Amino acid sequence: MNIILISVIVLGVVGIFSATILYFAAQKFKVEEDARIDEIEAVLPGANCGGCGYPGCRGFADACVRSLEGKLCPVGGSAVMNKVAAILGAEVSAADPMVAVVRCQGSCEHRAKTNRYDGAKSCAIASALYAGETGCSFGCFGLGDCVGACQFGAIAMGADGLPVVDDDKCTACGACVKACPKNIIELRKKGPKSRRIYVGCVNKDKGVVTRKACSVGCIGCMKCQKECPFEAITVENNCAYIDFTKCRLCRKCVAVCPTHAIVEKNFPPKKEVSEQV
Amino acid sequence: MRTFKIGGIHPNDAKLSAGVAIEVMPLPLQVSIPVAQHIGAPATVVVAKGDKVKAGTLIAQATGFVSANVHSSVSGTVAKIDNEPDASGNRRQVVVIDVEGDEWEENVDLKGDFKRTFNLSSEEIIAKIKDAGIVGMGGATFPTHVKLMPPPGKVAEVLIINAVECEPYLTSDHALMLEHADEVLIGVQLLMRAAKVNRAMIGIENNKKDAIKLLQEKASKLIGIEICPLRMKYPQGSEKQLIDALIGRQVPSGALPIEVGAIVQNVGTAYAVYETIVKNKPLVERIVTVTGQSLAQPKNVLVRIGTPMSALIAFAGGMPENTGKVIAGGPMMGRAVVNVDAPIQKGSSGILLMPEALSERVEMDNCIRCGKCVSVCCMGLQPYLLMNLVEKKMWQEAEQEAVYDCLECGSCSFTCPAHRPLLDYIRYGKSTVMRIMRERSAKK
Repeated sequence: MNIILISVIVLGVVGIFSATILYFAAQKFKVEEDARIDEIEAVLPGANCGGCGYPGCRGFADACVRSLEGKLCPVGGSAVMNKVAAILGAEVSAADPMVAVVRCQGSCEHRAKTNRYDGAKSCAIASALYAGETGCSFGCFGLGDCVGACQFGAIAMGADGLPVVDDDKCTACGACVKACPKNIIELRKKGPKSRRIYVGCVNKDKGVVTRKACSVGCIGCMKCQKECPFEAITVENNCAYIDFTKCRLCRKCVAVCPTHAIVEKNFPPKKEVSEQV
Repeated sequence: MRTFKIGGIHPNDAKLSAGVAIEVMPLPLQVSIPVAQHIGAPATVVVAKGDKVKAGTLIAQATGFVSANVHSSVSGTVAKIDNEPDASGNRRQVVVIDVEGDEWEENVDLKGDFKRTFNLSSEEIIAKIKDAGIVGMGGATFPTHVKLMPPPGKVAEVLIINAVECEPYLTSDHALMLEHADEVLIGVQLLMRAAKVNRAMIGIENNKKDAIKLLQEKASKLIGIEICPLRMKYPQGSEKQLIDALIGRQVPSGALPIEVGAIVQNVGTAYAVYETIVKNKPLVERIVTVTGQSLAQPKNVLVRIGTPMSALIAFAGGMPENTGKVIAGGPMMGRAVVNVDAPIQKGSSGILLMPEALSERVEMDNCIRCGKCVSVCCMGLQPYLLMNLVEKKMWQEAEQEAVYDCLECGSCSFTCPAHRPLLDYIRYGKSTVMRIMRERSAKK
C-alpha cells in the first residue's frame, strides 16, 4: 500500500513540475502564426501540386497572407482566389487563366517517318538518344511523358499521335512543360471563351529543311510578323512566336501563314465576307 | 590468364572480318567533316566557303583545353559550312569539302622513313599530338594530349595500351596490329616518352592469337613493353576493367585512371601518334570495320574522316535488303544510325548492319528479381533497382546507389531474361543525376 502511495505522490510531483516548466516554455517560445493561414489552406484545393510555385498549399497560403499581389492558384482559379481574398479582406487582382498548349502539329499525316524507334517508351530517354522518328529534330516524340506528368488527367494521346490538352481539366500547373524534353508545351493565356492563337511549331531549322520534314512546320517566312498590326509576332531562329500578352486575336496571321503553322482554337468558322464584296 | 574480377558477359564475338586485309577506300566525291568529333568544346572553323584546302590543312581550331583540332582529310574546295544531321539525326556544324585530286600539305612525309630513335622531349611530343588533333580512337574520343598531362601531384607509373577490342564484330584494331605492328610499337614508345613512364602493357584478348604472337616477337627486342594476353570477357575494353585486369588496381568511383598511376590509350591512338610524329600527318583517316551477317564482304577499310557511311557500306557490297538497323560502333555500345549519310568521324570504329530478325527488340516483361543483371554488372551496381528508381524519378536514391558509376556497357540489358531496357533507363538516370550533382557543386 505504502509503495503505491509513494509512487503516486512521486509521479504526481514530477508531473506537476514538468507541466509547470512546459507551460512557461510554451509561453516563452510561442510561435506567432496568423490564424488566417489555416483558413486559407482550408479553401485551397489541397492537391499540393506546386503549380503556384510554392511548396504545397500551406506554403501558398502563407505567401498569400504576406501579399496577395500576383498570386494565383492555378488549380482553383478565380473562384478560389475570390474566397482567399474574402478571408484577407482584400480585392483580388484579376489574373488571366492559363492553359497548356502543345506547339507541334506534326502528326504522321504531316510529318513522314524516316525511321522506327523501338526503345524504352519515354520521351526523355528517346530524346537523349537521337533526334526523333522524323526529319524534324524539334517535334513531338509522341511517347507521352506529358501524359504521365499530368496529375489532373488533362492530357491524353490523340489518334494522330500527338498529345491533346483538355482545356477544362488543365489547371496550368506546368508539370507537362517541365516533363517535355523538347520544350514543346507552353503555358499560354486561355483567352476569352478559350479562344487563342499560337504558332504550332518550334522548329528552328531553315525553311527548306523544315518544309522537307513537315508540311505544317513554321518556315520563318516573316509573313505573319509583317501582317500583325499589334507587333505581337517575332521571328527568331527561323521560327515565329506570338506574344500572348500583345495578341488581340484578330486572326490576320492565320490567314497569311503559307504552311498553316499558326493555329486558331475555338473560333467560330469565319464568315465569307471578302468573297461577297 | 588475367581478366577483370567483377561481372562481365560472354557474347558471341562474331568477328566476321577477322584476318581480312585492310583495304584503302577510294576517295568520295564530297566529305563533310564535323567540328565536334571529340569530348569537350567544339572546334572553331577557320576556313571559309570557297577556300582551297589540302589533305592535312587545319580547318577548325581547338577552343579551350579539352578540345581538339580538326583537319581536312582531302584536297579540294570548301563547298559550305553548315549544320547537317549527324548519325543521330541532330544537326551539327560540319565543313563540307568537294574533293579535287589528292594533294597533301607540303610538310607531310607520306613515305616516312622508319625511324626508331627520337630526340623529342615529352613536351614536344604532346604539343605535336595536340596540333594533330589526336583523340581516343576507341570511341570515347577524349583528347589524347589532355590524358598525357597528369594533374599536378599525380605521377603516371604505367602506360596501358588498350588492344582488347572486346566488342563483338569489330576487327579494326586487330587488323591494325597485324599489318602495322612495328608502327604501333613505335607509337607506344613515343607515348611512353610523352607520359614519362618506362613501362607499357598492351592488353589483347585471347581471340587474337596471331596478333599476340606477332607483337610478342617484335616487342621482345624492346625494353619495357609487355604484351599481356587476356581471357575473353566483355567489357574488358573499358578503362577501369582493363586496369583491374592488368595491374589489379581498382580506380575509385568518380576518379580517373591516373589516380592509380595508369594512363590508358587505345592501340589505334598509338598508331595515330606514330603517323603524326614520324610522318607529320594529322589525324585525317582511320580504320573502320564494315560488317554484318548478311553483308557481301565484311572488311576493314582505311577511310578518310568525313566520308559518308553510305559510301562505305556501298564499298563493302551494298546494304543487304534484310537490314533492320545500322549501328555505328559495335553491337553492345554502338548506337543505331538514323541517317546513313552521316560522316565517319575520328571515333567511328565500325559500321554494323544488323539483319531485321536480330535487331528487333523483344517486348519487355516484368522483373522477376532473378539477379542476373546484378551478377554481370562490372561496376557492382544493381541495374534492376536503378531502373525502378529512374522510372519513379527517385534521383536522390539513384545517386545513393551510385548510378553515376555505370559505364553503359549494356551487359545488364543483354542478360535480362525479361528483356527489360535496363540500360536505357540507367543512362537517362545517370545523365540526370550527374546534372543534379553538377548544379549542386556549382552552388557551393
